[in-house]
Amino acid sequence: MSLLPSVRLAPALLAAALFAATVRAADAPTVPDTLKQRIAACTACHGEQGQGTPESGFFPRLAGKPAGYLARQIKNFQDGLRKYAPMEYTVRGLSPEYMHEIADYFAAQQVPYERSPVPRISAAMLERGQTLATHGDAARKVPACAACHGAQLTGVQPDIPGLVGLPYDYVSAQLGSWRTHTRAMVAPDCMAAIAGRLSEADITAVSAWLATRDVPADAHAQPPGSVTPPLACGVLGATEAAR
Amino acid sequence: MKWLLRTFLAVLVLAIALVAWWLSAQHHPALPPATGTAANKDPALIARGAYLATVGDCAACHTAQGGKPYAGGRALPTPFGDVPAPNLTPDDATGLGQWSFDAFWRALHEGIGRDGRALYPAFPYTSYTKVSRDDAFALFAYLKSLSPVHSETAAPSLRFPYDLKASLATWRTLYFRPGQFVPDPKQSAEWNHGAYLVQGLGHCNECHVTRDNLGGLPAGETLTGGQIPAQNWYAPDLSTRAHGGLQGWSADDIVALLRTGQSAKGAAFGPMADVVMQSTQHLHEDDLHAIATYLQSLPPRPARAAGGSPLDTAALLGRGGDLYGKQCASCHRKDGQGAAGVYPALAGNGAVVEPTGINAIRIVLLGGFAPTTAAHPRPYSMPPFAQQLNDADVAAVVSYIRRAWGNDAGAVMERDVAAYRHTPVE
Repeated sequence: MSLLPSVRLAPALLAAALFAATVRAADAPTVPDTLKQRIAACTACHGEQGQGTPESGFFPRLAGKPAGYLARQIKNFQDGLRKYAPMEYTVRGLSPEYMHEIADYFAAQQVPYERSPVPRISAAMLERGQTLATHGDAARKVPACAACHGAQLTGVQPDIPGLVGLPYDYVSAQLGSWRTHTRAMVAPDCMAAIAGRLSEADITAVSAWLATRDVPADAHAQPPGSVTPPLACGVLGATEAAR
Repeated sequence: MKWLLRTFLAVLVLAIALVAWWLSAQHHPALPPATGTAANKDPALIARGAYLATVGDCAACHTAQGGKPYAGGRALPTPFGDVPAPNLTPDDATGLGQWSFDAFWRALHEGIGRDGRALYPAFPYTSYTKVSRDDAFALFAYLKSLSPVHSETAAPSLRFPYDLKASLATWRTLYFRPGQFVPDPKQSAEWNHGAYLVQGLGHCNECHVTRDNLGGLPAGETLTGGQIPAQNWYAPDLSTRAHGGLQGWSADDIVALLRTGQSAKGAAFGPMADVVMQSTQHLHEDDLHAIATYLQSLPPRPARAAGGSPLDTAALLGRGGDLYGKQCASCHRKDGQGAAGVYPALAGNGAVVEPTGINAIRIVLLGGFAPTTAAHPRPYSMPPFAQQLNDADVAAVVSYIRRAWGNDAGAVMERDVAAYRHTPVE
């Protein structure tokens, strides 16, 4: 009686032992040799596909943004043009090649856009936002967003990001950070000039209107060279003298 | 009795002030501007100077974030205020353009500027004083060969009384003697070369020792490890012998860390990651071996007190163990052995068990990439946990890894984590 159960259990025990052995073998340190595995420091906040946190806008979406734009942002954090200590710390040692590889990874991600909350503002404000985005404000020398960011506001390859599908908080924070000098680009910094010409109400209006827009079925950035920027932009190759 | 103490203190302060005044009256002459042929233009000498500038990692301090190399502007943080590093390019108005070699040598060797004023020891002449005149000559030739960059350096912004000339003079009297490297005939040529690099241009002891309250380096104690003032990382003790911070490291481990940023015993991170990327990965193999030979000769250290706590830490360690299993074990493994060549082992890792716990706290909060080097051009990285874990969680998991797998370092407290939560960048 005392032997029987253990004999009966033997195959089960053997199986369990074998299972444990396989588990241990699988547990041996084999780390995937993939970029995704290497960039855990990025994906921890921005998401494995660079989807960001659309509900809060706190960690920006990287997915599908033009690769040149993304690589430039990493460089700008390295150079202190963009100020955010955790990003500056994380990217400080990356080589230009690695930066571009990481940028390409996120640029290639296809993630559906999610609706994010829009603040309750008046219809008049939304209309003002639409006017700014599509026509600009000639009196204040503010060009339309669409003049650079594309007719559908989906960006232009390889350097200009899209503006649709982004949370209100994110867009307004970026315009604000140009004004507080925590975000900058190589000179001449056209976005700093534009952000400086907008009032705070304008920033609210245009960020809110952009956040209400439906993302077009084809959210890809327009082909290179398909816009003629109305301002001298260092990131688009303009030099300080040309201004 | 109180009045007696007060009088005594007043007299003492007065005496110190008098001595300081006398010291500051010690005069160093301004040196004349350099003539047109100040620097040697021999390409081989310039190339050697470029290499030596890499050994000394001069560009690390003398380059602003995003700025032109050697054009200065980076403010070195100290507990007494910021000291911006000056422009080393040969610009006449703002750089070394007017400097003669004699002036350069005096700065390196004695810590005196061309204008005769004492330099702040944020410029580590306490180490550079051991650099040979030949090496200084090559360095100077290299710096003079750079394209001049016009870039004014801001004045140091030190708090009172550290901004006084007399304070600096006192500091120099207490902590600095011009010296030179004297080879030890009982040691091998390789050892001597390593000692020269570590003590001189490498200026390793500027971080890897505990400074006193005035920022002074202790006499007669070198490379015993210390918290880097104002940066708040712990630069480990560099002895490989009993109770040393690198106990058990072979010469190859040391060379591997300096050359690739990683070794079987641990990886470089924080300020040392920058040192590896900008400086040591570019060093010649024989120089790295010489450094390793010297470090391996550092004496054993006294045994540290065991990390056991008088408080009951069982609950803390239990919570830390749970968190470790959920958040850390997939890379560093349940047994703390990591994955060879990718994720460092935490068992026996000097960065984990260093006396303060600061390094482990910061790494958990910040994550980050291993150093980018020729050997690891696409390094793996660790996710930052600053957003996911609160101070109590971080204290628990850090305490756990400091006590698990035979590690025997003290637990850290929630307040320790709170103190180091900000990200250390300029």
